[in-house]
Amino acid sequence: MSTFVNTDPNAFRGVWVFCEQREGELNPTDFELLSEGRKLADDLGVELCGLLLGDDVEGLAKELGGYGADRVYVCQDPRLAHYTTDAYTKVICDVVMDKKPEIVLIGATNIGRDLGPRCAARLHTGLTADCTHLDVDVAKYKEFLKSTSTLDVDGMKFDENDRGLKMTRPAFGGHLMATIICPRFRPQMSTVRPGVMKCAPFDQARADACVVELCPVSLDVSDLRTRVLEVVKEAKTAVDLIGAEVVVSVGHGISKDVKRGLELAQALADTLHGVVGASRAAVDAGWLSADHQVGQTGKTVRPRIYIALGISGAIQHKAGMQDSECIIAVNSNPDAPIFEAADYGIVGDLFQVAPLMVECARGN
Amino acid sequence: MKFIVCVKQVPDTSGKVAVKADGTMDRASMATITNPDDLNAVEAALALKDANPEAKVVLVSMGPPPAAGMLRELLAMGCDEAVLVSGREFGGSDTFATSQILAAAIAHLGLEDDDIIFCGRQAIDGDTAQVGPQIAEKLNIPQVSYAADLTLRGNTLTVKRMLEDGYMTIQTHTPCLVTCIKELNTPRYMTVRGILECDQKPYTVYDYETLKDEPLIEPDTIGLKGSPTNVYKSFSPPVKGAGVMLEGCGKETVEQLFAALAEKHII
Ligand SMILES: Cc1cc2nc3c(=O)[nH]c(=O)nc-3n(C[C@H](O)[C@H](O)[C@H](O)COP(=O)(O)OP(=O)(O)OC[C@H]3O[C@@H](n4cnc5c(N)ncnc54)[C@H](O)[C@@H]3O)c2cc1C
Repeated sequence: MSTFVNTDPNAFRGVWVFCEQREGELNPTDFELLSEGRKLADDLGVELCGLLLGDDVEGLAKELGGYGADRVYVCQDPRLAHYTTDAYTKVICDVVMDKKPEIVLIGATNIGRDLGPRCAARLHTGLTADCTHLDVDVAKYKEFLKSTSTLDVDGMKFDENDRGLKMTRPAFGGHLMATIICPRFRPQMSTVRPGVMKCAPFDQARADACVVELCPVSLDVSDLRTRVLEVVKEAKTAVDLIGAEVVVSVGHGISKDVKRGLELAQALADTLHGVVGASRAAVDAGWLSADHQVGQTGKTVRPRIYIALGISGAIQHKAGMQDSECIIAVNSNPDAPIFEAADYGIVGDLFQVAPLMVECARGN
Repeated sequence: MKFIVCVKQVPDTSGKVAVKADGTMDRASMATITNPDDLNAVEAALALKDANPEAKVVLVSMGPPPAAGMLRELLAMGCDEAVLVSGREFGGSDTFATSQILAAAIAHLGLEDDDIIFCGRQAIDGDTAQVGPQIAEKLNIPQVSYAADLTLRGNTLTVKRMLEDGYMTIQTHTPCLVTCIKELNTPRYMTVRGILECDQKPYTVYDYETLKDEPLIEPDTIGLKGSPTNVYKSFSPPVKGAGVMLEGCGKETVEQLFAALAEKHII
């Protein structure tokens, strides 16, 4: 570790994505991050590499190539079968110190959020959490600022040769956006929430061309201070909010007849081939389980259609759904903030409007 | 035996947030609260103390002097001691530098073999969930994050660690660090006795002078200068172009909506 010097940006090259697998199954977030990483690697003119850890996981590597990886580093060992902070941190830091990538992206899953900070601290570098937008190219970053902020971009000075990673994320529960940089240390690390980046289509030719490289794993008993006694998959069918094309969410507005409100949302979701989501108020009330929650402390979704029934549109809720392609809001209060985010708003009682929507959707 | 709890006072982001002309947060004008997940961390420590009455619960918070008010309330909940880490030199710290300073403060307190550090999963102002794991790394102790249940037997800690699609049961030993989620427990209230006694409880301020000889404290590991990440630009979130408010809420309105969606090939 003492020999690892990370203050010379020129000594670091390449974009990496930590690819998470659980029980031999790749996480869809891996594909989203690789798709985003591909763009960054192309802008920088460098390789995009996947980093895959596990026990006997070599067979999964080519699939990562199909989403953009030029190369996949595979570290396999029975002691990596289940995620543990200590083993994964040690193995990842070893490979990073050896190969010196300039950027490392990690999915902000419950595992990524445990692993990322630990690795960044060991490598003595910065980590930016929950990024929603990444740029290396200055011209592209300026375009991004122009399209999303009211900043006087043309009046600002930029170093046009800057190839550092500009990591934009919401701060203060979505009240502010901040672009974070990590100018003095490498690698530049960021986590990205599941569902935030768009996944490119799978490309078989790329998968075939992807180079799979096995890396040695060196672990010592003193590296392993936690033991996994069991891994339990909850039997309940978790709603696949993140991948859904259509999300129909309910909020506290269904309180006067919860059963009917949920039925209406489910019927509308079924007709549009979507799933049911919820605001935190609906989850806290116990009407739907926590895996339905959309927002800052729930999931980030960007479906084709997001329908909000009886949701006020608190900033924490909007943080999880405002990038949906088309937002439709039904709320009896004309001043509800949800209407500021909506493409189409209907002021009215959801118990009257939703049945009409089901009817119309069935007719289509 | 100590249970050390890292707590943070945060602006109450559930209300209106004041943004200054330069795009930064006007913290002074906002109400503050104890970070919600940190209350679960405090409760976890107090519950373990109930079972191990010889143990002490020590609060550690980094922040400006007004955080004293929060610490007083937590002492009134039953915690035994509080340390406020405060100093100009610590200002502008990112998660790396913050964890460096908190780790130094914990090292200064003295981390013993049967100690456990509790943190909330994440703070609602930064939402990074990074400080807990980074404190553990800097103290070179194991961590378990997203704790939804825990039991301590001797120096063995067994934790139910939540995943998106289930959970893991993880065993580790003290000293270690645990980050807590709201499913772990329900925080208790202050008691009248607690309120009466809280002013007599040990309360210490650690400033730069106190910590400067700790090996973790170097000018280039703390504060703005010691922070690997910097804010490059900040701005208000994009306001979406005004959508269409449809007239009425009857059958025609809904038909109009679906016609518009069909026309735009949304459905
Ligand atoms: C740190 C933090 C994190 C948070 N994270 C999240 C998060 O991830 N996700 C989230 O959703 N929230 C989150 N919240 C909570 C958030 O601030 C709001 O409290 C919550 O989103 C409100 O839910 P709601 O809109 O369902 O309820 P309410 O705010 O009570 O709104 C109900 C709405 O329904 C309307 N209504 C009532 N009756 C009818 C009817 N018959 N027909 C039509 N409309 C009707 C009302 O006009 C009202 O607008 C968080 C808060 C904090 C502080």
